[in-house]
Amino acid sequence: MWKLLQIELFKIFRKPRTYISFGAIAAIIILIQLGLKFDGRSYLELLMGDISASFEVPYDKVLNGYFVAFVILNALLIHVPLLVALVAGDSVAGEANMGTLRLLITKPITRTQLLLVKYAATVIYTVMLLAWMAILALLMSILFFGTNDILIARNDVMEQIEKADILWRYMAAFGFAAVALSTVAALAFLLSVFADNSIGPIVATMCIVIVFTILSELKIPMYDKTVKPYLFTSHMLAWKGFFYSRMGPDNSVIRGSIENLPAIGRSFWILIGYIVAFLGTAIISFKRKDILS
Amino acid sequence: MQTVISVTNLSKHFKDAVAVDDLSFAVYRGDIYGFLGQNGAGKSTTIRMLLSLIRPTSGRIELFGMNLRTHRLDILTQVGAIIEKPDTYKYLTAFENISLFANMSGVKIPKKRLMEKLELVDLAERANSRVKTFSQGMKQRLGIAIALVHDPGLLILDEPTNGLDPQGIADMRNLILDLSRNHQKTILVSSHLLSEIEVMANRMMIIDKGKKVIEGQVSNLLDGTNMIVELQTTEADKTFQVLENSKWKSYLRSRQNGKFIFEMDKIQIPALNKDLVEQGIGVLHLQPRHSLEDYFLSITTSPHVEAAAN
Repeated sequence: MWKLLQIELFKIFRKPRTYISFGAIAAIIILIQLGLKFDGRSYLELLMGDISASFEVPYDKVLNGYFVAFVILNALLIHVPLLVALVAGDSVAGEANMGTLRLLITKPITRTQLLLVKYAATVIYTVMLLAWMAILALLMSILFFGTNDILIARNDVMEQIEKADILWRYMAAFGFAAVALSTVAALAFLLSVFADNSIGPIVATMCIVIVFTILSELKIPMYDKTVKPYLFTSHMLAWKGFFYSRMGPDNSVIRGSIENLPAIGRSFWILIGYIVAFLGTAIISFKRKDILS
Repeated sequence: MQTVISVTNLSKHFKDAVAVDDLSFAVYRGDIYGFLGQNGAGKSTTIRMLLSLIRPTSGRIELFGMNLRTHRLDILTQVGAIIEKPDTYKYLTAFENISLFANMSGVKIPKKRLMEKLELVDLAERANSRVKTFSQGMKQRLGIAIALVHDPGLLILDEPTNGLDPQGIADMRNLILDLSRNHQKTILVSSHLLSEIEVMANRMMIIDKGKKVIEGQVSNLLDGTNMIVELQTTEADKTFQVLENSKWKSYLRSRQNGKFIFEMDKIQIPALNKDLVEQGIGVLHLQPRHSLEDYFLSITTSPHVEAAAN
């Protein structure tokens, strides 16, 4: 299996298309960093709104590397699934389109092995994409803007997290994001099994993620209990929970605390459930499929 | 004679369409077995079933004496194949492609042996060129090298000369003959050209509308004294019963479009006619054909050929 995984990774990282995602992430992160470096104050004024009128905001301290990374993650983590779909959707359908799938099936490996290895390679690609994002968004922002406490806007209240209490929250958030993106990868992977051309599964995944995200964000009470809990996109943004802390009696953040860890845990297991369901369906379908490409 | 491929009553239905219909044949060790039929005759579907790409609707496939359904992995370690176009990863070099598929074959193959395979197909000098720069013939040869990389006993080549220029066709033909004679490979090769099978294969089968039309030694089938004889009578079912219970059964090759096809010396034709008439069967048509090519052309050019139903 390890040998097969190496082969899959070799194929992914020798394909020029793979690097589009890395390039796109680098471009958007650098643009956000440059924008905030030269006009961060205006951005903060817009963000603070009325608070800045009644409270003197220490803009130089607020605009630090941790804050910039948080802004970047908020902007990017909604769109990264589309980049993941580029590789995951191509995984099986791309082979069918190239005509190499039939050659792979005639090799002495089981179809289940082939799919598991391909999915594992896609997850590794996803984690590498996130690591790339972490390096650029977190490390480069820390280098350019320094570190300080972070202000998190939530329900018209600003919560201040001490700088020594932040880094672990980023690590946890990136870990959760890896699971969330692996769910999207599993969906694209499942659709890829049914197609002989990678465009179909990539576009279909994008459409599903966009529609589900819009539904997840809709403020219609009727959907809150009937639709939203069943959409994987509702659980994908649970990473933000790592930045929401419990408050002490003096209304200050309790260091090392998470407001609602069980909710994050529930979202985590629901996403794992989706991965198992998507991957299981993909394997069952692929085992029965006649390879006609 | 060791049987390498044994196919028994193999059928494949795609919804209402019958792609392969009750096909049985055997390929023996050392054979170059020609699998001949027009486009859409069921050759590729049969080959895909032999390679476990398609699940048969019914029937049994054995390779090297093992059931494909239960010993798929053991069997595939001994098989190399090209299915239709030999597509490879165009963004990789020839060496990277062959190395990648060698690793997937489950055997450790040193770099030197990989280069030997590329040399065998005359691609050693282009080992480090990306496949997207290759001509169709070079891609085809790379496909053969990949099929050979784990030194399989059986090669299954589906239309390996498709898309090649005359020189490419000649090169491919010589390569197949060389693999059989000097590397002791058993080869099943499909084609829609009789001339191609004629110069390569020692045994062959013609398939049409998913059914076997005729099978045998190429030398016998193309022998002028061994003629293809078509028979049409007033009562097909009664004729079949009579034939089944007579010496003519051994000459009967198929029942096609209401016609019976025999392979026999033309000197036996009057005796066949006499036996049928004595059984009260009216003979409408009893025609010897000059050669297999004549017969093959007649079934592949007729738009109204229907699948035979025994």
